[in-house]
Amino acid sequence: MNRILATAISEFRIAFRNRWVSIATGMMVLFALVLAAAGAAPTGDVGVDRLSVTVASLTSLAVYLVPLLALLMSFDAVAGEVERGTLPLLLTYPVSRLQILLGKLLAHLVILALAVTLGYGAAALVAVWSDAEAIRGLGSLWRLIWSSVLLGATFLGAGYALSALARRPSGAAGFAIALWLVAVVLYDLALLALIVSDGGGAFTTQALPVALLANPADAFRVFNLSAAQAVAAAGGIGSAAGAIPLWQSAASLFVWPLAAIALAVAAFRKVTP
Amino acid sequence: MTPTLTISRLTKRFGEVEVLKAVSLTLEAGRRAALLGHNGAGKSTLMKIVLGLIPHDGGDITVCGMAPGSPAARARVAYLPENAAFHPALTGEEQLRHYLALRGENPKQAMALLARVGLEKAARRRIGTYSKGMRQRVGLAQTLIGRPRLLVLDEPTSGLDPVSRRDFYDLLDGLAAEGTAILLSSHVLTEVEARTDRILILSGGELVAEGTLADLRARASLPVSLLVRPACGREPSLAAAFPEAVASGDGLLRLSCAQADKLPLLARISALGGDVADLDVIPPSLEDIYSHFSRRDGQ
Repeated sequence: MNRILATAISEFRIAFRNRWVSIATGMMVLFALVLAAAGAAPTGDVGVDRLSVTVASLTSLAVYLVPLLALLMSFDAVAGEVERGTLPLLLTYPVSRLQILLGKLLAHLVILALAVTLGYGAAALVAVWSDAEAIRGLGSLWRLIWSSVLLGATFLGAGYALSALARRPSGAAGFAIALWLVAVVLYDLALLALIVSDGGGAFTTQALPVALLANPADAFRVFNLSAAQAVAAAGGIGSAAGAIPLWQSAASLFVWPLAAIALAVAAFRKVTP
Repeated sequence: MTPTLTISRLTKRFGEVEVLKAVSLTLEAGRRAALLGHNGAGKSTLMKIVLGLIPHDGGDITVCGMAPGSPAARARVAYLPENAAFHPALTGEEQLRHYLALRGENPKQAMALLARVGLEKAARRRIGTYSKGMRQRVGLAQTLIGRPRLLVLDEPTSGLDPVSRRDFYDLLDGLAAEGTAILLSSHVLTEVEARTDRILILSGGELVAEGTLADLRARASLPVSLLVRPACGREPSLAAAFPEAVASGDGLLRLSCAQADKLPLLARISALGGDVADLDVIPPSLEDIYSHFSRRDGQ
């Protein structure tokens, strides 16, 4: 445990000096405030408090931004050590590769949690300031924060795995961008195209829920929207997901980080210094 | 007492290429051994196997009686890589605190360790601002953590100035006196000569010679050179007396003979009396001995 903590402290220090903490926090706060300002108008007809509406918009933001931040922080984790030549010495220390990765994960998760809490917090403040009733939406805000951290953990793990597979930072960065594009953008586009061509047939009712649960970003969106009963307000892919029970999307949110970390450790074990 | 490091008939292949061929050696506690060999001779590969960073293909190896790379072995072994590198964003002190924590030691020792290698003034600066020699000292400081039983040093003095090198070998002497076994590789043969107990020469993946410098000198039995300066105007008679001598450009005569013939040859020269102005005896250098062994396999 001390070794994980020591690694985390060093990693946090490095991320802080490399401005990652301020970049991540600044990005989240900026985007959240823009969304809060843009989403301030249409509350009356939806019939829920203003914060819950803000949370629904923040969910759509987080689906793109949290995986991006996580991948940006993690792609260098193993490849950077290889390139700097710091890995051989580190691996002669009595510390396991799992402990090294968990230390990095802990530091990056703290940064991510800080960024989303401050970002969502800023948007929530705007919502509560303009509508005192918005306090009722605090529960969904809290749910959004911890599920964002879980989503971040999945993409951090995936980033470490890609970093270990690529062994060079430039290659790892390319892999990371490709993963982000596929998992967050193209996957949903493909699903939408299939829904449209299927026209409410077997794909939409049978395969779509499974496809949504299989992608951590979609599971995150489905979980937050259905937990807040804001499915109708969100539209798009989210509206197609009303049929998925809450426990299933929650399970996907919890299982994905574990799978990603396991993958990362397996890939890291294959790296010979 | 069991040796700190035991290697017997160690073999390592990279694809088709056999980079280590049945290498055997033992290193007892408190002994210092220097590993010599040209680039690609297998020095770094041997060290990485000892550290457990890469697996081996054949033979046996134990470190403090344990498998290399096992957690217990790693807790007893310290390593200084060639061109030690650290994260540039951390300060020397922070880096050392991290390494201390990884070895389960108190991070507060960081400053004392940096002071031992003369880095206390730069301890709070980022390593990115350090010179190569200073990074090497950080690398050296981390090998001193927690009294290692075996120290593996890959080209430890590259980048150090002559005074720092002497300080470095003084540190090693102190560690060896406390029972740490030391395996180091070096290209600087003159410093290895004075500061190690044993020399191991690796060539083409084979251990071609092993012993003290005196052993190796005797075994190589390389010829001794004698440089004779003739007295003014006596060059022709001297050249006639030693027809085997080679005249070098600056008027000196170079003679060469086997170790055993050295004294008779000296007697012949001194018999010439006034014809000889000066005489130098040049024994084979460590470089000559090293080349003799490392090229024996036809390289």
